[in-house]
Amino acid sequence: MSGAPSHTVAPRWLGLWPAVMLTLFFLAPFGIMLAVSVAKRDASGFYEWGFDPGSYARFMSAFFAKVMAVSLSVSLAAAAICVALAFPFTVFLASLGHRMQTLVLVVLLSVLALSEVIIGFSLSTLLSQTAGIGNLFHWLGLIDAPRAYTPSLFALITGLCYIGFPFAVLVLYPPVSRLDPEIVEAARVMGASGPSAFFGVIVPNLRGAIMGAFILVFVFTLGSYLLPQLLGRSEHWTLSVHITDQAVYQSNLPFAAAMSVFLMLVALALVGLASLAGRDKGAA
Amino acid sequence: MSKTLKITYIFAILALLLAPLVVVAAVSLNGPQSLRFPPSDLSLRWYAELFAQSEWLVPLRHSLVIALLAAAVAVLIALPLALYAWGRQGLAARLLTGMGLAPFALPPVISALGFMIFWMTFGGYGQIWATIISHGIFLVTLPLVTISLGLRGIDHALIESARVMGANRWVVFRSVILPLLLPYIVSGYAFAFVLSLNEYIIAYMVAGFTVETLPVKIFNALRYGYTPILAVVSVIFVAMSALIFGLIGRFGNLPRLMGAERSQRD
Repeated sequence: MSGAPSHTVAPRWLGLWPAVMLTLFFLAPFGIMLAVSVAKRDASGFYEWGFDPGSYARFMSAFFAKVMAVSLSVSLAAAAICVALAFPFTVFLASLGHRMQTLVLVVLLSVLALSEVIIGFSLSTLLSQTAGIGNLFHWLGLIDAPRAYTPSLFALITGLCYIGFPFAVLVLYPPVSRLDPEIVEAARVMGASGPSAFFGVIVPNLRGAIMGAFILVFVFTLGSYLLPQLLGRSEHWTLSVHITDQAVYQSNLPFAAAMSVFLMLVALALVGLASLAGRDKGAA
Repeated sequence: MSKTLKITYIFAILALLLAPLVVVAAVSLNGPQSLRFPPSDLSLRWYAELFAQSEWLVPLRHSLVIALLAAAVAVLIALPLALYAWGRQGLAARLLTGMGLAPFALPPVISALGFMIFWMTFGGYGQIWATIISHGIFLVTLPLVTISLGLRGIDHALIESARVMGANRWVVFRSVILPLLLPYIVSGYAFAFVLSLNEYIIAYMVAGFTVETLPVKIFNALRYGYTPILAVVSVIFVAMSALIFGLIGRFGNLPRLMGAERSQRD
């Protein structure tokens, strides 16, 4: 694309409107949140301007360490399962015809767009005692009596995989579909079997994209707020749940803001890492 | 690997994804107020019940109003942004694009808390328009991505020739760019609409106690135990998403919208 000035179709002032809107309603809220994170807590549930790093000092507590450990390990497990399942899925998907691809994408998008509250409700129904797989297992004679599988860590990770899987496929889809089919063709002609072409040619070519997708799915599941409450026990509450809990129920906006700033830094660092990993090979 | 095996793998996973939704659809047909699977006394009475109870109709209306307007806000910010950034390489263009993509890349609870504190500080907390603007900003990313994709596909020679024929910027925009861009604008709007409809945490933290949206209502209702109405609402939401994405897939090029470059319509 040549950068000749005659090619810019839009006048310069057109950028002003989105700039004003995004500064006012996106940057300003973040700036205020940053300021509130060091403000003093007010008993009425609001805050008083000031400089009090006390909210950040609470990060040193055992409570916070445990919340972080739970959030990170649950999301890491879900992200690993999602990408492991999604990668072959995406490779196979990209080899299908246009109609089939569209159909599968419609299903994935519909699931991805679905509210977490509906996913949580559906999964807790599926894992419940009266309407769920417990019944099926009982009927098959695998267990003595129908039982519920929720709330539990298993249910929570299942839920996170449920929301993470379509996301993982859609993140992997562009680099996978750009991979030149002739590379695989060449490997097959040279005598590589299906699986060895897959692991010897496709996987190494897309290493960067896989790493990038893993990190993005990790950040995505880290943001889950409702599933830990609907499918997990209170000891499985993640950082997102605690941020809301502090802001809405404990009326401690400064602490909520400090945790939120922390989560943002973690997420930004990870997203930056993901785009570096993606640039590695995926852009070719 | 053989083609059959690939298709089997894809369909096995899709079946797993659809399993909870199928159970919920079946549960919604229960006659008595219980969650049984397989359902007993098949009936559609809970579907009628949903449209008779203002307890559910009010949140439904809130959700629709918010989603319709928030998606419009998102498009109205994303369209000029994409046009401005198109063909510009400078720092301003890159910063603006980054700002348009950022809300969606971060965990939503961060934006939600930011919006909550912002509206608490400047008024607007608990108001429906605050939720509309917040959703609009949060969802800018979607129309921005689809419209930018559409712009990348426009041939510059087309614009150059319109220019040579004496068309000014406005005429070029209206008669050349806009018609080519329309499908991408519509799908960006549709994506933002569906996501706003399903969004929970921002709606909850900005105005959850005064302007109940449907997801907020569902979560509140879950605390008082299960009723088949919950299943009915879920079925309607799934059907609505599937319908909208199905329409995009039918009339647009969904694989290309999702970033595949090779896939052609047959």
